[in-house]
Amino acid sequence: MLKQFRPAIAMLGLMTLITGVAYPLLVTTVAQVVFPEQANGSLLRNEQGQVVGSALLAQNFEGARWFQPRPSAAGFATVASGASNLAQSNPALAERIAQDAQRLLGEGSAPVPLELVTTSASGLDPHLTPAAARWQVARIAAARQLPSASLERLIEQHTERSMIGPDVVNVLALNLALADNRAFAENESTP
Amino acid sequence: MQLQDYGLILAFFVLVLAPAPWLGRYLYRAMEGERTLLTPLLQPLERACYRFAGIDRKREQDWKTYALALLAFTLASLLTLFAILLLQGVLPLNPQQLPGLEWTLAFNTAVSFVTNTNWQAYSGEAALSYFSQAVGLAVQNFVSPAVGLAILVAFSRGIARKSSAGIGNFWVDLTRATLYGLLPLCLILALLLVWQGVPQTFMDYAQAKTLLGADQTIPLGPAASQIAIKQLGTNGGGFFGVNSAHPFENPTALSNLLELAAILLIPAALVFSFGHYVRDLRQSRAILACMLILFVIGLGVTLWAEHQPNPALAALPIEQAGSMEGKESRFGVAGSALWAVTTTAASNGSVNAMHDSFSAIGGLVPMFNMMLGEVIFGGVGAGLYGMLLFVLIAVFLAGLMIGRTPEYLGKKLEAREVRLLVATLLVMPVGVLVLSALAVSLPGPAASITNPGAHGFSQALYAYTSGTANNGSAFAGFGANTPFHNLLIGLAMLLGRFGYILPILAIAGSLAAKKRAPLNDNSFPTHGPLFVTLLTLTILLVGGLTFLPALALGPLAEHLAF
Repeated sequence: MLKQFRPAIAMLGLMTLITGVAYPLLVTTVAQVVFPEQANGSLLRNEQGQVVGSALLAQNFEGARWFQPRPSAAGFATVASGASNLAQSNPALAERIAQDAQRLLGEGSAPVPLELVTTSASGLDPHLTPAAARWQVARIAAARQLPSASLERLIEQHTERSMIGPDVVNVLALNLALADNRAFAENESTP
Repeated sequence: MQLQDYGLILAFFVLVLAPAPWLGRYLYRAMEGERTLLTPLLQPLERACYRFAGIDRKREQDWKTYALALLAFTLASLLTLFAILLLQGVLPLNPQQLPGLEWTLAFNTAVSFVTNTNWQAYSGEAALSYFSQAVGLAVQNFVSPAVGLAILVAFSRGIARKSSAGIGNFWVDLTRATLYGLLPLCLILALLLVWQGVPQTFMDYAQAKTLLGADQTIPLGPAASQIAIKQLGTNGGGFFGVNSAHPFENPTALSNLLELAAILLIPAALVFSFGHYVRDLRQSRAILACMLILFVIGLGVTLWAEHQPNPALAALPIEQAGSMEGKESRFGVAGSALWAVTTTAASNGSVNAMHDSFSAIGGLVPMFNMMLGEVIFGGVGAGLYGMLLFVLIAVFLAGLMIGRTPEYLGKKLEAREVRLLVATLLVMPVGVLVLSALAVSLPGPAASITNPGAHGFSQALYAYTSGTANNGSAFAGFGANTPFHNLLIGLAMLLGRFGYILPILAIAGSLAAKKRAPLNDNSFPTHGPLFVTLLTLTILLVGGLTFLPALALGPLAEHLAF
């Protein structure tokens, strides 16, 4: 076996150079040239150039005036992301969902969309189904004194359709539109 | 199930199966040193590797030398990775100034990546530096499947050759598997993933002020390059803690499809490579048929189970639909269920949804897939050599039934081979049943369980099954990062890897030395529907029956108690 250690160490060193150094550097170089936006985390900036988030990561929104994302088991922590890992048979899951459903019923009609009472796998799920976003329209329309139709249209505009996955709408994109769009700003009342 | 769900499943099968015959032939030619499309590009690099390491590429090794070379390489890898993880605090490329890992966690992680398991008792973005990820883990992500592939081709040569002492050269097989097999595919997949939104940078984490004024740290890193090999090398260790559920690790429905197909791409192709080795592609088709039967059954059951509403929520004023706890909106129920079946059919272990929150039956299928030894496609190389063991067992059983010396492709199976086969059959029961029984019987280790009742037992059972099967997925609520579990699961992973590898190389050596008996009308054919049925039943009975009592105590009890 001792005779095999020289090639073992040499090969490990070579493979480290090729797959651990050259390969990620090559991918990084090409990615930074061809897809710089995505390679750097799909960051969103405001007019002053400050980073306000990533298009791919959920942010916590509270209050009636905003579209709310799915609840996060890790409190929207990004370091480290996490899930509830509650089993279906765990009474704690049913209790939590019952409480959340009760609270949400004050904001819309039954039944509450399943996505709004279940935590995602990452705790950072940036999306909702269009149905779960539409369910929130009445509440937001009332809080912002906006016509429901314009919010419905906003959801429609931001719906991402795919042949190989569910239709989804990005919650942060919706809220950025609410915050930025002049058409909405004109109609906004003071909170 | 909606139309898009069928679209996903169809696209998945096309992406896995359509390239398989071509890719399988390419891999066969590359591993045998024949000319391929990439030879002009890669051969200079390949030759340079041999020169530097002092390897004579024409020199054949017998099975013992092959095994010693493999063990030496594994030991060197293990020690190096262990040292990197312990010392990452003083190593470069550590912008978050993360400290070294505690030693049992470093041991567990080193074993985990060297054995192609990628069990993760840590969370990547919170515990590991860029250096540890790229120079430590990613290297093992390449070489551990390359070792699997090397063993498969050595085994295939053992069956194909006659009266030969050699089964190939480990160093040559390792180099070719990495350079010709894994690297080119990874480069393509990594860039596709960046296009879809996966980060690829060596800059620090970004700091954001959210719309409502909160501070948000945005974790970054060289993720795409590592995720590509994580999927293609059936490794499964996530760059981020929640693995491919993380929006950075798997941002869109398309990235989900690509990552899913990447899990089975090489394992499916290798079935055809084997056919080229034994010069009989009918063998490939028979094995593939068996794999597909088992895969489709598991997929059907899981899809059905996950689309059932949770009965515990039936009285609540909420939408009654399939389970969405621990699943991401952009994948939905079908995209999550398909992933769970795929990742455990192969020895991948990456997740895009939390298996812990699956229904009892939806969680049973992934566990059962692993208990079968991950032979339904399985890990790179490892899946098919596991499957070939079942083929030999099926041939042996058929031999007993018809009262003839069992033969596979003209090679007689005699007492020595059968003894070695039986030894491999013991690996899963010992690792899964004995070690998880130990873990749940001791009060300290059992405290890692976080769900009540039967599901709590399932958490521990899943952890030891995943470790022994070298899968790496988890019922992630299980608090695995304790010295006890770190060491015992580390042991399970070593057992699951070398408990197969060493007997397989021994069988390869002994088959290679045999003469080939001419096939005649009395030979039992190992292709065709009869053999596919026999093989499928052998896997279910020999592989599955052992675990029925344990499954009855866990997921089945949970399901029935509802």
